[in-house]
Amino acid sequence: MTGPDVPHAPVVSLRDVEKSFGPLKVLDGVSFAVERGQVLALIGRSGSGKSTALRCIDRFEKVDRGEILVCGRRVDDPNVDLRALRQDVGIVFQSYNLFPHLTVEQNIMLGPRAVKGASRSEARALAADVLAQVGLSDKAQAYPEQLSGGQQQRGAIARSLAMKPKVMLFDEVTSALDPELTGEVLKVIEGLAAGGMTMVTVTHEMAFARGVADRIVFMHRGKVHETGSAAILASPQTAELAQFVGTGL
Amino acid sequence: MGGALNANHLLFLAHGATWTIGLSLIALIGGGLVGFLVALARISPSRAVRLASGLYVQLVQGTPLLVILFLGYFGLAAIGLGLSPLAAAGASLTIYVAAYLGEIWRGSIESVPKPQWEAAEGQGLTRAQRMVKVILPQAVRIATPPTVGFAVSIIKSTSLASVVGFVELTRSGQIINNSLFEPFLVYAIIAAIYFALCYPLSRFSQGLERRMARGRAQLAGA
Repeated sequence: MTGPDVPHAPVVSLRDVEKSFGPLKVLDGVSFAVERGQVLALIGRSGSGKSTALRCIDRFEKVDRGEILVCGRRVDDPNVDLRALRQDVGIVFQSYNLFPHLTVEQNIMLGPRAVKGASRSEARALAADVLAQVGLSDKAQAYPEQLSGGQQQRGAIARSLAMKPKVMLFDEVTSALDPELTGEVLKVIEGLAAGGMTMVTVTHEMAFARGVADRIVFMHRGKVHETGSAAILASPQTAELAQFVGTGL
Repeated sequence: MGGALNANHLLFLAHGATWTIGLSLIALIGGGLVGFLVALARISPSRAVRLASGLYVQLVQGTPLLVILFLGYFGLAAIGLGLSPLAAAGASLTIYVAAYLGEIWRGSIESVPKPQWEAAEGQGLTRAQRMVKVILPQAVRIATPPTVGFAVSIIKSTSLASVVGFVELTRSGQIINNSLFEPFLVYAIIAAIYFALCYPLSRFSQGLERRMARGRAQLAGA
């Protein structure tokens, strides 16, 4: 039940989104949009609301006010078809969360088999495809505990890709990794970007944001404080972004 | 009977021991089935179901098993619902075990890290699929040692069913002692039989815990 595929309609758009946790307003009128094939990087200090904004897109948080559209579907609608939404949207989190009781291949096959009704052989072929895409073909039969953090994150990315999402969300997927492992995961994400995947990434990796993102959204205290191409990182217009870029956080 | 301990006494005790095992199985299977439903009800999205199941657990955990047995046998009989000792003991133990296993299993399910739920949700799995394919297989590992430990204590608790006239191991020992007047000998034999029933399970539980501790160590070292 996707909406009409209007050319140039954003894949994801937020308009005046507000969200509070108790008395704390974490999103205070947030608006941004991602076009098909674009990579959007959400940056900002911890607590600026960027992760919450991302989680609202996949309905892991409900918004209090405002409108969120994903592939033509109103996510802020209380009756949104969550199963359909989650087939359109892939999400990878900061914590490694491959299912520990399943091999990497079984992790990947689960969604296509359970949700899309794929046969065992179809799912296995799909797993082989996505594992090749993230450079993990030799680890298909390994259990998550036998993998490094970077390999686990690549496995989690492969698991999401197997659902053939129209947009991928990355929530600080490299924050728990050392620089070397961060590099191997970012390379996979860069590869996806080059392949035309639409993505929203919450990231602390400024080099990645500069190099890969088509659009930067700098959030500060629950608001979109500054937005533009990667050039805004080189010449910030606001003191807050200047300070944020300057500290290298 | 009467006189010295003989083979007939031992046969009688063996018969009692089989009923101890039988009652334990009834309690653990019945209590396990109901307890699984209790565990699911305790984490239900419906507040009413959560409250009702929570109340059940609190009530049972706040009541001595002996009193539940009295209620099930003498209490129900007094209001015209007479049950046989086996039915009364089986039902009482089922109610009792369900509350405890329900709580052990609820805790095990809830101790599966939240990101596992979210990852399964992000893949588009239904709540039932998330539970069956992702959460329960992990919860079973967590739940096994405390479940086996509780099973051991239930085998011993079935001795309480002797008070409603159910002839299990303890009650058969009492009957024999009434004719032999050798309480030390008779109860020592009974203690040895309980030990023989429980010890293998305890060892099994310890083995499981060691295996899991090793698993975690591997995880930490990875």
